[in-house]
Amino acid sequence: MASIAIDRTAKQIVLTVQEYSLFAGRALLNLFRPPIYWTDFLIQSDIIGFGSVPIVILAGFFTGGVLALQSSATLSAFGATAVTGQFVSITMIRELGAVLTGIMVAGRNASSIASELGSMVVTEQIDAMRALGVDPMRKLVTPRIFASVVMLLLLTIVSDACGIAGGSAVTVFLNHQNGTQYFHQAYEHLHYPDIIQGMVKPLFFGYILGSIGCFYGMRTTGGTEGVGRSTIQAVVTSSVLIIFVDFLITHVLLSVFSS
Amino acid sequence: MNHAASPAPSSPPTAPEAPPVVSLRGVSVAFDGPPVLEDISLSVAPGETRILLGPAGVGKSVLLKAIIGLLRPQSGTVRLFDEDISRMPEEKLFPLRSRTGFVFQEGALFDSLTVRDNVAFQLIQEGVSDGEIDARVREALSFVGLEQTFSLFPTALSGGMRRRVAIARALIHHPELILYDSPTGGLDPVTSTTIIELIVKQRDVHATPSMMVTHRLQDAFTLCTHQFDPEENRMVPLPEGEFNSNTTFLMLEEGRVIFDGSLDELVHSSNPFVREFLE
Repeated sequence: MASIAIDRTAKQIVLTVQEYSLFAGRALLNLFRPPIYWTDFLIQSDIIGFGSVPIVILAGFFTGGVLALQSSATLSAFGATAVTGQFVSITMIRELGAVLTGIMVAGRNASSIASELGSMVVTEQIDAMRALGVDPMRKLVTPRIFASVVMLLLLTIVSDACGIAGGSAVTVFLNHQNGTQYFHQAYEHLHYPDIIQGMVKPLFFGYILGSIGCFYGMRTTGGTEGVGRSTIQAVVTSSVLIIFVDFLITHVLLSVFSS
Repeated sequence: MNHAASPAPSSPPTAPEAPPVVSLRGVSVAFDGPPVLEDISLSVAPGETRILLGPAGVGKSVLLKAIIGLLRPQSGTVRLFDEDISRMPEEKLFPLRSRTGFVFQEGALFDSLTVRDNVAFQLIQEGVSDGEIDARVREALSFVGLEQTFSLFPTALSGGMRRRVAIARALIHHPELILYDSPTGGLDPVTSTTIIELIVKQRDVHATPSMMVTHRLQDAFTLCTHQFDPEENRMVPLPEGEFNSNTTFLMLEEGRVIFDGSLDELVHSSNPFVREFLE
């Protein structure tokens, strides 16, 4: 009995991965084939992007502050607190800005996308759209994914800036160090590979959170309870995938830039 | 019911050589368990109204969705507007579906859009000008008697009003086929009669072929024994003993068609399930 259950679960996982791959691939192709619903893209950009600005600013600012606190405590043992700015800026731009923003936005938007589309599925609104001759993949899915990618890139830049600002606030007001030195260190040791790493990641993370939210929303079954289940699956899966893909991208990009 | 019933002479004529609007041959649909529909064969001729009867859970809504390709059959052939859609890619189905109107069981209105935008959904996607959209939406809402709901959201409407808006949405594009999925289910008798009157009006004024799913015999018989009077702008009963010859019946039992015929044949059927359903 146990082997049957394992067999069924394994097949289910493989089937889900296959369905997601086809779904995500189709959504990507729709970006290059008309009709493209630009109005829906702008509306979703407003919801996903502008709506997420407050949480991204707060999360970025305090993450930068914590980094400055922790790093200066460690660096002071070596008499190297002057490099706090370098530490904060590189960590934020290379890694934490993109990952934290990705996870925060996934928590906010992958869940809302999944619950919105899931509700539309269980109330037959998706079927109604198909019956009216409109492709829900083009009308609903592609604009949400496209908006997630573009907005996450911009939000990551906001988060990076706020993180560096948060680090500077801690450095100046709590650690009583020189602010000019902080910003000089932050800027001087920042190179293009660092920025490229930080800008490539949100493209992948945006695609993950948008497509996972849409995927689980569109395959919702089981009424309102199913909507809740889809929402949880979307948040959990997109958050874990973001961290996993972050590891892969970091590994690849470090190999590329070190060579 | 009058057993000596005869077809009403006022029924709209249909070209005998015209291919059926919908044709199903040996269609079976299954999900994870046993088949929901099994070996279904039926057709809808131009100008014909078919009433699909049967108790809840026999696959009536599934059948309706299979007709426009919202669900795909495991076997058999579905022809819509003389094109085989059984294996047709989804992208090619959208233009065909846009020639049909589908009224869902609960209306399935887009709750984030106003009534105006719901009714005009197809027109908006086609890039029709705002002025023309407003005029056509008002005309469609006037057809269902809901002009005052133009700017409201679906949540502000009653169940019956939502169905009528759904009918307006289905009709605004002048469909060549209309599918009604239990349009009167769960509604009070007065609202049900209002909706049946709209269906009769569409049938008699525009002669649009249609298929209506229902488990309410009263609605089915009203559809068959009434006609729309354009002068009085209301539904009136046909003379005693007459019925609309272009309105015929199908009955499903456990995913199979057990009856296909006219009102007269239905009331005289010896099938025990049909008899039990009628009584």
